[in-house]
Amino acid sequence: MATYIIKRIFSCLVSLIIVTIIIFSMMHSIPGGPFDEEKMPLSPAAKEKILKMYGLDKPLYVQYLKYMWNALHLRFGKSYQSPGEEMVDLIKRTLRVSAFLGGLGLAWAIPIGLLSGIISAIKPNSFVDYLCTALASYTISVPVYVSSIFMVFIFSLGFNWFPTGGFGGPKTWVMPIIAYGLFPSGILARYTRSSMLEILNEPYILTAKSKGLPMWRVITHHAFRNALIPILTIMLPMFTGIMTGSIFVEKIFRIPGLGGYFVTSIYKRDYPLEMTLMLFIIVSLALTYLVIDIFYTIIDPRVRLWRKGR
Amino acid sequence: MNVKTLSIGGADNILQTWRCFHKNKLGLIGLGVIFMFIFAAIFAPLITPAGYAEQKYLHEINNFPSRSHWFGVDAVGRDYFSRVIYGIRVSLFVGFTTAFIALFIGVPLGALAGYFEGSVDWGVMRLVEIFSVIPPLLVAILFVTLFGSGLQNIIFILALVSWMDICRLVRGEILTLKEREYSIAAKAIGVKPYRILFRHLLPNAVAPIIIGLVLCVPNAIMLEAMLSFLGIGVNPPTPSWGQMISNGLYYIHFYWHLTLFPAIFLALTVLSLSFIGDGLRDAMDPKLRERR
Repeated sequence: MATYIIKRIFSCLVSLIIVTIIIFSMMHSIPGGPFDEEKMPLSPAAKEKILKMYGLDKPLYVQYLKYMWNALHLRFGKSYQSPGEEMVDLIKRTLRVSAFLGGLGLAWAIPIGLLSGIISAIKPNSFVDYLCTALASYTISVPVYVSSIFMVFIFSLGFNWFPTGGFGGPKTWVMPIIAYGLFPSGILARYTRSSMLEILNEPYILTAKSKGLPMWRVITHHAFRNALIPILTIMLPMFTGIMTGSIFVEKIFRIPGLGGYFVTSIYKRDYPLEMTLMLFIIVSLALTYLVIDIFYTIIDPRVRLWRKGR
Repeated sequence: MNVKTLSIGGADNILQTWRCFHKNKLGLIGLGVIFMFIFAAIFAPLITPAGYAEQKYLHEINNFPSRSHWFGVDAVGRDYFSRVIYGIRVSLFVGFTTAFIALFIGVPLGALAGYFEGSVDWGVMRLVEIFSVIPPLLVAILFVTLFGSGLQNIIFILALVSWMDICRLVRGEILTLKEREYSIAAKAIGVKPYRILFRHLLPNAVAPIIIGLVLCVPNAIMLEAMLSFLGIGVNPPTPSWGQMISNGLYYIHFYWHLTLFPAIFLALTVLSLSFIGDGLRDAMDPKLRERR
């Protein structure tokens, strides 16, 4: 087990390094720089000085190594867009908002998604099943900003229950929280349904039923426990998804979260912020997948990944 | 009859697929909506009062929907109904071309990975992994800033971030197909590997390829709408729903028609296409039916 985990962490690190190199070189090969004429009219001498100050005059690999070295020590520098504060503070400030709304979004999406998936699987091809599947298809395929706009039309412009945007007080939180949870709930419902359907056909479910166990016990103790493994694989990355998913929700509802920076940092050639955000996402995803792999072996003893030598 | 691997080669199979699909109400509705949209897109010049970029109605700027302008007029004097209808062309074009290009990346890679296994498989699967781990939207944003926006670039970039599902489906299918008797027999009489793969195995893997293709279309349309919404998709004045929604968002309090109509059309298109995809998957591959 230990060697497996060490091996896994090592391969994780290798792919992390490769991906960061790719992203770093891609980022810098985008034409234009952060201090170009149209963004900041500066004299050539002043521009040179600024470039020197940020270390942008050095060769690319030196910049990369320097960035990664600093990142290892959790020094991410300052964003060009807001030079007044440390990067860590900027991310903390904005992530707090995104994580708050996104976390509440997942808080409703996970139980609803699991429940509707289980119900569809118990009664396949019934009306409830069709309704749940259709709703899940809707939330998965229609972009979240379209649903958000429909919500604005119905609840803000129609009934005038909630304001159309902003971030202040519970009234402004409701619609973003709903929007955050839409996609996760749909995808969870779909996966739970398929996973449960497969397991309800297993012989040990028949055994459990024929022993005379009540239906709910068969479902909670025998079926759902085993269905949980594939569900976990898609559920855990959702927590990282809060960050990127927030791009649209936050634009529609004008929320001062992290989402907007994903786009503006690329646009304004804000290299340190862009790299830090990407690093943040990749590291958290890599960690998530690592945790999932370890979970697998704990929940399901049949999966012994370390024996396959993968 | 053993329907484990339906190929759609014969008329029989097409009929059977249709019979299965026919039972799927949502799929049928989706098919109806898409046919209507395709019809509207083809005959767009006949049913719209103006071209999508013609600023004919400058004295009626931001007019609300009326009998002469069904969806109103936008901020620079263009008939909004025309723009929304021409938007169908753009969306469907992006969706289908992206899917086809993704097919040309995903099918060969998946087939090679499935047939040769070993290091080829390992390499392809790592590539799939890398592309699936990073959210496609972020990769697309990076690529757009690198290559520039515009219709052709967008299609190319979307194909680059959406070939993985097709690749996985084809790989899985080839893995099982190559253990079949006819494949082993072909190998035994000395047929070359590439010929076995492309003449004997791939034609039998048509079902997963079509499923992958159909499921790829709504995804591509959705991604295009997302990029355009962020202002880095198709360039104006080409009508793109995502862009129209994004522009209309500033006036949502007052000029509601500027966001509502493209939003409805976008939702209908993507939803119909994914219902068709789901229905087709159930109809063509009973093996996958339970696994959605």
